Amino acid sequence: MVWLIREFVFQEVGVVKVNEFELTDDLFEESGKEFEEKKIMNRPSSTFLKDSWIRLRKNKGAFTGLILIILIMFLAAFGPYMNSHGFDEQDLTRANLPPKVPVLENLPFIGLNGVDIRGTDQYAAKEVTEYYWFGTDDLGRDLWTRIWQGTRISLYIAFLAATLDLVIGVAYGSISAYYGGRIDNIMQRIIEVLMGIPNLIVVILLILILKPGILSITLAMVITGWVSMARIVRGQVLKLKGQEFVLASRTLGAKDKNLIWGHLIPNSLGPIIITTMFTIPTAIFTEAFLSFIGLGLQPPIASLGMIVNDGFKMLKIYPHMLMFSSVIISLIMISFNLLGDGLRDSFDPKMKK
Amino acid sequence: MKKYIASRVGYMLFTFLIIATFTFFLMQTLPGSPFNDERLSSTQKEVLNERYGLNEPLSVQYFKYLGNITKGDFGVSFQFDGRSVSSIIGERIGVSAILGAQSLVAGMIIGLFLGIIAALRHNTFIDYGAMVVAVLGLSIPNFVLAGLLQYWVGVRLGWLPVAFWEGFEYSILPTIALAAFVVATMARFMRTEMLDVLGNEYITTARAKGIKEYTVIMKHGLRNAMIPIITILGPLTVSLMTGTLVVEKIFSVPGLGEQFVKSILTNDYPVIMGVTLFYSLLFIIVILIVDILYGVVDPRIRLSGGGRREGK
Repeated sequence: MVWLIREFVFQEVGVVKVNEFELTDDLFEESGKEFEEKKIMNRPSSTFLKDSWIRLRKNKGAFTGLILIILIMFLAAFGPYMNSHGFDEQDLTRANLPPKVPVLENLPFIGLNGVDIRGTDQYAAKEVTEYYWFGTDDLGRDLWTRIWQGTRISLYIAFLAATLDLVIGVAYGSISAYYGGRIDNIMQRIIEVLMGIPNLIVVILLILILKPGILSITLAMVITGWVSMARIVRGQVLKLKGQEFVLASRTLGAKDKNLIWGHLIPNSLGPIIITTMFTIPTAIFTEAFLSFIGLGLQPPIASLGMIVNDGFKMLKIYPHMLMFSSVIISLIMISFNLLGDGLRDSFDPKMKK
Repeated sequence: MKKYIASRVGYMLFTFLIIATFTFFLMQTLPGSPFNDERLSSTQKEVLNERYGLNEPLSVQYFKYLGNITKGDFGVSFQFDGRSVSSIIGERIGVSAILGAQSLVAGMIIGLFLGIIAALRHNTFIDYGAMVVAVLGLSIPNFVLAGLLQYWVGVRLGWLPVAFWEGFEYSILPTIALAAFVVATMARFMRTEMLDVLGNEYITTARAKGIKEYTVIMKHGLRNAMIPIITILGPLTVSLMTGTLVVEKIFSVPGLGEQFVKSILTNDYPVIMGVTLFYSLLFIIVILIVDILYGVVDPRIRLSGGGRREGK
């Protein structure tokens, strides 16, 4: 551009006067290729998700949470296969063994050397040569395998419940908000009644009829769980549907379905993802809570909550059973909460620096 | 305002009716009868059924059931011979109420304090410390915390009793286990609200007028920041109610929660249903109070005709 202008100006006038200073040809320098390249090299356009990802990475807490979640999911998937013990393999001759880990057993103070709290080496006493990384329970089952197996089931229930909440909540919320009027009114009254019923009461009552199982526990949680998602999606859609881009799309002849799925829901994605992130730890907690009050899964399958519950039986003599499962369930909850908080911040365009 | 309260009460009654209906039909589908005794002959059973109205049509039984509930009669326990469910609730609720109230008050005071300090020392070490405490309090399940406290403070260090209910020191560990969630919720909430309020122009004005910093924070800041606390009372009550179930079980506290868990394990259905109804009623009343209070504090809500607060 500068080239063109200069040539153009000089052709017309020959000499340009700026503040009585003559601009002659030799004052100018060729910009050359470098300048042209700089002009072309634009910053790549950024999307909402890319932006959020950059902000998320800067948030130390959330990023730690994310890494922990990935690690825990990896262990839940492959942990049970890392040693040769099965999760329901019982052997009373090796019951209640404290944890013992190769290499780490040489550091006595971290307590992974197979010595129980009274100071006897249970492995030597029971003549067990194998290593049980997290120890064994009262039936001689390997806790490492059981805990990761349990984590897998807990995570499975949580993800299933979160997905169902998501589907029902998004559909209900967006329909209610988009069509508005009487439909919205009726749908909101239903939600208000459901909100007034304490979740856990419904869950407990339903499990009394349905009998505990992975599916019944998940369903019991979903029956009231979708309400908060529906409310959030409704709020978002109500806010969005009055905006110009929706009007423009409608003017161009977009159908209701396309408007909802193509514009309204993608634009509500931030709050939807955040809500899901908080649904998962809640579901894990609820499942563990149910195990705790005697409405959990039936043996031999075990969830994390069941293992924590079992750990209480022999807390005073064999604390290792409670400690490992408690630490892992707490870590899962902390990671998801941290990630959820981080996502809330990173999806907020106001936080952009 | 009257109209608003009336609509809230209406919702409350309707919700309770739904729960009561649900529990009634649940009782019908569950196996077992109070007179499943092999020593009873069929005519004796007939007489008993007659006497307790169990051979009447379902609709009659249903309305009788609803009628009894309004009189506070939740039926008779299977497990404890002939004891009424309401007398069991009455006997057990005291301990749970003390535990709940203690946790709520202690948790709110500590949480309030943490939240305010964190907001005043925003982005400092103190702020981060308080928020770490808050995330831990929100994330660590109450039964895990109870187990850890019981083991480390009770068994290993031997500072406090680990079970039963025979004096104030017995209530300390269960209270901590229950209050952690309250502290965390409160601290996070207060921090956000305080930061929000302190950014307002009237705070700058107050400071510019030369009012003492203490007065600015307590009178102009805190008072305004405390209004929305009403909104978290609902979730807090729920957490305390469910928390008492597990915490009372772990510490063998003879409260309503412990009884409820025991009844589930022994299939004592009348007690389960009675306590469920009782808990629901409690919850619904708290929600009602929260809604009305919020309507009083924030006129926009009652004017818009009873829209509920956002977020749960």
